[in-house]
This record gives sequence, structure tokens and C-alpha cells, in this order.
Amino acid sequence: MLPYLALAAVLFSAGLFGVLTRRNTLGILMSLELMFNAANINFVTFNKFISPDNMIGQMFAIFVVVVAAAEAVVGMAIVLLIYRNWQGVNVDNMRIMKW
Amino acid sequence: MEFQLPEYNLWLMCPEFFLTIWALVVLTYDLTTKRKSGSMVGYLAMAGPILTLAVAAILYAAGLYGYGRGFGEMFFNDPMALFFKVIFLGTAFMAIGSSFGIIRQKIINHRGEFFALMLLSTVGMMFLASSNELISLYIGLELTTIPLFVLAAFFKDDKLSVEAGMKYFVVGAFSSALLLYGISFLYGMSGTTDLLQMKITLAIAQLTFQKNFLVVLIGMVLVTAGIGFKLTLPPFHQWAPDVYEGSPTPVAAFLSVGSKAAGLVAFAKIFVNGLQGYYDPSTAPVDWGQLVGLLAVIAMIIGNTVAIRQSNIKRMLAYSSIAQAGYIMIGMVCLNEHGLAAVGYYMFAYMFANMGAFAAVAIFEDQTGSCQIDSYRGLVKTSPALSYSMAVFMLSLAGIPPLAGFMAKYKVFAAAIAMTTTDPTYNWLYWLVGVGLLTSVFSLFYYTNIIKQMFFSREDSPYKIVCGGPGMTVLMVGLIGVLLFGIFPEPVLNFATSISAAFGFVAN
Repeated sequence: MLPYLALAAVLFSAGLFGVLTRRNTLGILMSLELMFNAANINFVTFNKFISPDNMIGQMFAIFVVVVAAAEAVVGMAIVLLIYRNWQGVNVDNMRIMKW
Repeated sequence: MEFQLPEYNLWLMCPEFFLTIWALVVLTYDLTTKRKSGSMVGYLAMAGPILTLAVAAILYAAGLYGYGRGFGEMFFNDPMALFFKVIFLGTAFMAIGSSFGIIRQKIINHRGEFFALMLLSTVGMMFLASSNELISLYIGLELTTIPLFVLAAFFKDDKLSVEAGMKYFVVGAFSSALLLYGISFLYGMSGTTDLLQMKITLAIAQLTFQKNFLVVLIGMVLVTAGIGFKLTLPPFHQWAPDVYEGSPTPVAAFLSVGSKAAGLVAFAKIFVNGLQGYYDPSTAPVDWGQLVGLLAVIAMIIGNTVAIRQSNIKRMLAYSSIAQAGYIMIGMVCLNEHGLAAVGYYMFAYMFANMGAFAAVAIFEDQTGSCQIDSYRGLVKTSPALSYSMAVFMLSLAGIPPLAGFMAKYKVFAAAIAMTTTDPTYNWLYWLVGVGLLTSVFSLFYYTNIIKQMFFSREDSPYKIVCGGPGMTVLMVGLIGVLLFGIFPEPVLNFATSISAAFGFVAN
């Protein structure tokens, strides 16, 4: 079980690092996908090794795939709006509001 | 293996189904009138939450609706679900009512989509409130959040709105990924996603061997972070002021009350129900109560101090809502018969005051184009109705008797004091009450600043604000709610007490 969990942890950390450091909005979207998929690997792993007599973990993973797809669609639409307004997809543009 | 079909009990979901269909009706109505529906589509959308309540009432009278389970064990109408569904519907009603200005001026071509997304987000909150299980809870949370991403970025050519949408999207998706990763550990440690079963499994695991507590701790921290973003608990609050400032004002109002109430329900379900065994510091190796209490203290301090130096009223209300989240979380960490009741009542009172304040801001912004606190100067002479209602909302948010906000704060603090008397290990709750009282004094400063600008300025305001029918309705609903439930809180409090009773906390 441990290698699979380690793989998920590595994927999750890579995604976390990407979200926090990427300046390109598309890069942020891709990193978010990595984080969702890390959680998916966890679900499937736990389902196989902890409770193999039901399918809850795999079912959850399928739901997450759908939700992540929906989220990516909305994210792409917002990226498109950013491109129209600033002629670029870099997050450095977005610093109008500051506290 | 024999497979049994679960009992669906679809009558319990009828209000949600009705609201979904109503959202589609609103959408198609706008299309069939070739985008020339005017305010009519707004009135149609405003009727949605009211008709949903009516449907629930009719079904209740017919004996088909009420407490109960449906769809196997996934859908569960407990008192908390019904109480918060009323809050969600009220929030949607008031948010739609305050958006008539922007559908006349700014979103000419997408009125139907605007209202349909708002109603669909409400449906997500209602499903979330009824979920008794992690899968439906997560889907409900996502159904709440994804329409809100679109709504925050709804002014497509306004750079502020697009920036707000992008910030909210990144933070929202990031927090839901954290939440999901945390949930996966909780699932792994208990082997189930049903929250009641999780409570039992984790308690057994705790009694027999304590090797799993580190993994549960990781899961707990990740889930706290994920929901903390929704609740705007520091250090996860940075997005709130920017998003509130940039997004359309009714959407900001909807975010500050609806999204926060949804986060509260999710928090109560996961922590107070599923992880109840990890609360007591004497038996549990890790204790989420003190963790969340610490976040609440930081929320009250940061929210109330940073709000003082804001010049934009939407940013000020954002920091005020961060502070209010801190007060609400005091009630959440009190696991006695008063705690969750206080949370419910606080959210109820907060809905009226905050939605009313945002409605006043929206009306003012539609006619003047300004969100600066300075521009409210001398408003009482030209538009008394707006000024007086704004003053009442501010006083209620500050917690001045006899308004509902005072009763709410009193109940939260009383719950914490009642908790400390049961066991000396809960003495850290005194800190929460102390910081809460102290920062309430700070909060008076910026709430009364608005009143000072409106009432005690020598010059007259250049603006004359005319409240339209829907805007006036929302202000009136807010005023009546704040006054009525401040003076006569018993009916709501009695119902709210049954929330904590349903979670297993009864007076002894």
C-alpha cells in the first residue's frame, strides 16, 4: 500500500508546488489537476487495501474525475476572459486590487 | 452477493428538485423573450426561493416531508439541514432582490444565466446541508462553488471582476483539492464515507491501537484548510477582500453569507459528527478543538483590526465577515447543547444583517457607481430610508441590543462559558470569549464610522438614492428580521436547540 500512497503524496506535492509558484494560469490549472488526481490515487488505494468488500473509494474517484472536469471547464473559460482583457495569461497582470 | 435496492424516498428531495426546475424555467424564459425580459426575469427568479418554501410547506402538511432519510443513507434531513436550508433560501431571495440594478445596467444579455446560476448554487447548498456522507457532501460543496466562480467573473469586460473570478477560482479549486486529499485520508483510516459510521470506527480504532492518529491528524489539518478557505478563517482569508471588491455586489453578498453557511454545515458534519472522538483533549492524542479555536482567535483579531483602515465599503464588509466567521467558530468548538444552536442562530441573524447591508451597498453603487465610504457622507438628508436601514444593519453586525446580532453574540459566548464549567480542561475557551469581547469593541469603531459619515456630516450628500421595489423589499426583510428576531428570539432559538440535540448533545 505504501508505494501507492507515496506516489500520491509526490503528485500532490508537485501540484501544490506548481499552484504556488507558476506564473502562467494554464500551468496553475494543470497543477490543480495533479492535486485532484493525487486524491484519486489515494481513494483507489485505500479501497483496495483497507475495505476491498465495497466500492466506495472507486465510486468516489469517478465522481472526483467528473467534478475536476467541470472545474477545468470553468477555469478555461476564466482564462479565456483573462486573455481577452490583458492579451496574455500571466497572473502578474492581476494586481489591480491590493490590501 | 445479494444486492438490495435502497429506499429512495424521493419526496424528501422535492424542494431541491423544484428549485432546479425553476432555475431552468428562469433560463428558458429569458431565452424565449429574445433576451428582452427586463426585470420580469428577476421577479421570476425571486419567486423561486419563496415557492420552494411553499412546496416544502405543502408537502409537510401532506405528511410527505420532514425529518428522514432518503437515497440509502446518503440524504438525511435532520434539524440542521432544514434550518440551514431556510437560511440558504433566504440568502438567495435577498441576493436576487438586490441585483435588479445590475440587470438593468450591466448584464443586459445574460440575465437568465445570472439568476439560474445563483439558484443552482443554492440547490448545491441545500444538497450539502442534507448530506450525511462524504461523497454527497463533496459533490454538494462543488455544486455550490462552481456556479459562484462564474458569477464572480460575470462582468466580462470589467478587469476587476475578471481578476476577482480568477482569484476565486484558483483559491476555490485549490481548497477543494486540499479538502479532497484530506477526505481521502479520513476514508482510508475508517474504511467508510458514512459520517456516523466513521465516528464509530474511529472511536474503536482509538480504543484499540493509537497508531493511526498521525494520519488522522494529516487528514484533519487538510480538511480544516479546505473548509477554512470557504469560511474565510485566517490564514486562509486573503482571497475574500479582493473577490468581494471585484465581483458584482449581490454575488459578494451571496458569497459572504451563503458560501459561509455552506462551509459551516460541512464543518459541522465532518468534525462535530465524524471526528467527534478527536475533540476531547483528555482522551484524544490530537484535538481539533484547540486548532480551530486558535484560528477563530486569529480571525477575530485580523478581521476587526484590518477592517478599520479600509476605505472601500465592500472590502470593509469582507474583513467584517472574516471577523464574524471567528465569532461563529467559537460556537462550533463548544460541543454542548448550546454550541451548534448558537451557530445556527448566529448564522440566521447574520444573514438578515449582512444581506441587508450588502443590499444597501448595491443600491447605492447602482446609482452612484461608488463603493467608497467617503461618498456616504451626509446621506441621511437626501435618502433617509437607505441611511436608517444601513445604520440598523451596522448596529446589528456590531452586536448592539436589542438587535438580533446582540442575541447571537451573547448565545455564542454563553455556550463557551457553559462549556468551561463542565471540565477544567476546557478553560482555553475563556481566551476565545475574552478575545471576542475585546475585538467587539474594536468592531464598533468601523461599523459606527459608516453611521458617522451618513448622519453626522455637515455637508449634504450630492446623491439622491431611490430604492426600487425589489431593493426596498430586501431592505424591509432585513430590517424586520433583525428587529423581530432580536426582540423575540425564542422560536428560532428553540428550533436551533434541536440542531444540537440531533447531534447528540442534550441538556442533562
